[in-house]
Parts: sequence; structure tokens; C-alpha cells
Amino acid sequence: MKIIIRLRKIIALIILLAGLIVLPHYLEFHYQDLLIFLIVNVLVVASYRIVTLTGEWSLIHAVMMGVGAYTAALLFKNYNAAMWFTLPLAGGAAALTAALLSFPLFRMTQFYFLIGSFAAGEAIRLTWMQFIFPFGGSGGLSGIEPPIIGSIDFMDPIPYYYLALGVVLICLFILYRIENSKIGMTLHAIHWKAPLAESVGVDTWRYRALAFIIGSFFVGIAGALKIHYLGTITPNQFGIGFMVFILIWVIVGGYKTIYGPLIGVVVLTIFDESVRGFGELRPAIYGGVLIISILFLPLGLESIYPKILTWCGIGSNSSDGPPP
Amino acid sequence: MSILEVRKLTKQFGGLTALNNISFKVKEGEIHGLIGPNGAGKSTVFKNIAGFYTPTKGEIVYQGKKISGNQPHIIAKMGIVRTFQETTLFQEMTVFENVLMGSLAKSDINLFSAILGLDKQQQKAAREKVLEVLEFMGLTDRKNQLASELPLGSQRTLAISIALASEPKLMLMDEPFAGMNMEETNHMMDLTRKVQESGITIVLVEHDMKAVMGLCHFLTVLNFGHLLAEGTPEEIRHNEQVIEAYLGGAK
Repeated sequence: MKIIIRLRKIIALIILLAGLIVLPHYLEFHYQDLLIFLIVNVLVVASYRIVTLTGEWSLIHAVMMGVGAYTAALLFKNYNAAMWFTLPLAGGAAALTAALLSFPLFRMTQFYFLIGSFAAGEAIRLTWMQFIFPFGGSGGLSGIEPPIIGSIDFMDPIPYYYLALGVVLICLFILYRIENSKIGMTLHAIHWKAPLAESVGVDTWRYRALAFIIGSFFVGIAGALKIHYLGTITPNQFGIGFMVFILIWVIVGGYKTIYGPLIGVVVLTIFDESVRGFGELRPAIYGGVLIISILFLPLGLESIYPKILTWCGIGSNSSDGPPP
Repeated sequence: MSILEVRKLTKQFGGLTALNNISFKVKEGEIHGLIGPNGAGKSTVFKNIAGFYTPTKGEIVYQGKKISGNQPHIIAKMGIVRTFQETTLFQEMTVFENVLMGSLAKSDINLFSAILGLDKQQQKAAREKVLEVLEFMGLTDRKNQLASELPLGSQRTLAISIALASEPKLMLMDEPFAGMNMEETNHMMDLTRKVQESGITIVLVEHDMKAVMGLCHFLTVLNFGHLLAEGTPEEIRHNEQVIEAYLGGAK
């Protein structure tokens, strides 16, 4: 039985991968662009999940993406650094920022942490705004280019899509491994009963900080991926507006399993595009769907799948926790 | 030989003195009872020992070293583990995972071995330890159930199993018998004795006098944050002051 389930999972994964590989060839130019940003946003929500595992919802994730993006942009502008350098360094810079911020931030919990993380994020973002040198002020920086290797120009969406897809898949795999390791289990434990975890020897402060650093590392990479394709960077791309989108993707998708946020970002992006024709009504429709989904699917879109299975009488609603 | 020594412990919350100059020693290998009427400060003593509170005055010495002022997880790593008054478990995890958490909690974080899967050996050892603990506590056949689905008695047993899996030398048990019926109480008494016989010193806060008198080798009685009496259960049973404190002076 276990082998069959595993086989089914592998087959589903292969189909999904094949789909992702052929997909851009059937899309118009505009949608190819969108697909690249979608892939990047998948990494954004997946990395945010690691932070939320401990039960702390931060409002600094978008800014951390900006830290990575600005690092990549500055490295490219000033040193003409290749993308192979800027990607890990962008992650490293975001991780380092997170490590430094974890000292003041993790003295707070819950609501205070939420507000504290927002304030810290705004402080960083306003620094980009105020310092024309080196950050370019509110106008930001432009002229950041993707690499050219031999005859492949990554300025084209399709090659860049494959590049981004490869990087994101590697990052997702690492995030998945972390969540299913002892570290992920400990983060869950801290979420459910922090005092109990402490009383058997878990250093909750260190684990919270670790989750924040890991999440920031990967969102930093996402920032660099986005900015190398987009070419321009401004402080407003990483403001509270984008942060709200991250929260919506995670909440609508569901945050009980690793798949929830991914489903959320994909479904909502497709939905947002499909109502483009409605013009001014678009935000209203989007908002309405959000309210409906939160009212009727409080556990997110991910909770539909087990429900369908039970309706069809195929499987019981097995909880997808960390394996024993 | 005493494994734990509480020296002139005073704890104040603002103007309120919860504990006033409390001193007692816990002998290694014994079950030491900490009793007293409601609000006497028993749980506050526990929280001071386990590092959840820092003493206002006085100190706590464990195996000859001062431990007061340290964080709970550091004290836990030294071998002192507490269980909680309310049933505190990782409700959404299975019994097995709960105990696994207890056995893995002390080990260090290694990100790279977690990603690359290099900690298989450690994981395997931890799993074996968990099975051993479950067998010892009689929870083997419930290992795949969710903690929240267990009956009260088993939940308490599980709480002790989590503590046990972290290989403590001293276990602080906060009211493990509260709300139990006769049968469950007897079962829990057997388990507590079993834990003690395996070489773990136990400090027990409890209201259930049958359990306290039946289990403890030595008792410390608190009242309104003061030390009221000390002695063997037999001595305490006949102590005038203790009787008065419990019965409120009714003669």
C-alpha cells in the first residue's frame, strides 16, 4: 500500500514537472512574463511558510525579499557580478539581516512581534527611499540584466523561465527537507506548546530565529530572481501592499500543509488574471472572492482535496503531518 | 546525598511575596513531596527550579552547581524536566511523535545534516529510545493515536513519557493525579514508582493525600509562601501545624 502511494506521488510529480516544462511554449508573451513572476512568488510563499511554522506571522517578509533584490541589483550595477554570484549573496544578505534583526524581534511574540516586524521592515524600506546613493531613492535602480551565456540570452522569457524554475525547484526541495526534518518537527512543536518544548530542552529563541533566517535566505533569492528579470527595482515593490498579497496567498491556500500556500498563490494569480477584463471592478471581485473563501473555507483551498476524496469515498481524510 | 538544594528562596511579584525564605533539600533517588493548601506557592517553587521564573532572592543548587537564573531549556539540558499542571501535550502530534520530540529536543541544530539526511543514525537511535519509553510506560499500542484523542489517564502518562524520553535525572511533576479516579490514581502511582526505581529523582506537587502519603519518602509543607514543616509522611501526618493549616484551625 505504501509503495503504491509513493508511486502515485512520483507519477503525479513527473506529470507536474512535464507540464511545467512545456507550459511556456503554449502561452502568449505577456503570460510568459506572468509565469516567471508566479514561479518567483511560489518561492516567496514557500519560504514564508517556514517562518509561520512557529506560529509567528511576520510582516517583514516582503522587505526581506527587497534586501535580496537590492543586494543583487547593487552587485550587478557596481561590480557587474554574474547571476551565479548575486543569487546566493542576495540570500546571504537577507539571512544576515534577519540574523541581526532576530535579537530585538524575538524578544516579542504574537501581536507585538507582528507590529515589531512591520516597523523593522519599514525602517529598512525607508532607508532605500532616503539614500539616493547607493539605493537610488524612491526612483530605485534600473538596468539590471539577466546573464547571457553563449548563445542563450536569458532576457527572453522562456530561457529565463527555465532558469527560475530550476532555482525555485531546488529551493523548494531544500525547504521541504527542512520542514520534514527534526528541525521542522521542532518548529511545529514550538507552535503548539512552547513551554512544553522549552521544558524538555528546546531553545525556542534559537529555533524561532533559525526559521526566520532560513525563510529570509530563500526569499532573498526570490528577490534576486525577480529583479534580474524585471530590470528595475524600487522600494515600493516591497511595501506592505505586496506583504498583504503574501498573507492572502497563504491564508486562502491554507497553512496546515506545505502545499496550501503554493495552491493559494497559483490559483489566486490565475484568478486575478482571468478577471482582468472587468477593469475597475477587478479589485472588488478579488476582494469578494477572498471574503467568500475565508468564510466558507477557513482552512484554505488545500482543505478541498481531502473533502473531495471523502465524497468520492476513496480515502479517509488523513492528516499530512510530519512523518514519524 | 542531595541532588537539589533550594536555599533561602524568595520570590516577589511586585509587592506580593509569593515565596518567603524557603529552604529544603531533595535526596537523590527519592520521591520528594511538596504539599500545602491552595496558593501556598508550590507551583511557584517549581517554576523557579525549572527556570521559568528567576528568584528574587536566594538560589537553587543542583548537583553542587547554582542553576537559578538560567533559561528553562538550559536547565532542561542539565537534566531537570518538569511536567505541567494542565495536561500539556503536543495535541496535534501522535503519541510517538510527542515522545520523539522529547528525545530529540536536547540535540543540537544541524541544518546541513537535516537537509542532506545525514542524521539517520541519530534519528534511528532516537526512534529506538522512543519505543523503549513507550514500552516502559505501557503506551506501545497507542503510539499512532493523536495525543488529543487519548483519555485523561493516558494523556498524563504521555506527558511523563515525553519528560522521560529527554533522559532527566530529576523530574518535577506538577499534580499528575489531579482529576483522576481511583483506578487511574493507582495506575499512576505504580508508574511514578517505576520511574523512581529506574533511578530518577522525583519532586512531586500534589493534593491527592493518598498518593502523596503512599509514594513520598520525604515531605516539605508550604503555607502562604512559608515553610511550614518537613519530615517523613508519618511525621507530617501527626504534625499539629499541618493539620491546622489544612483544616483551617477547626478543632
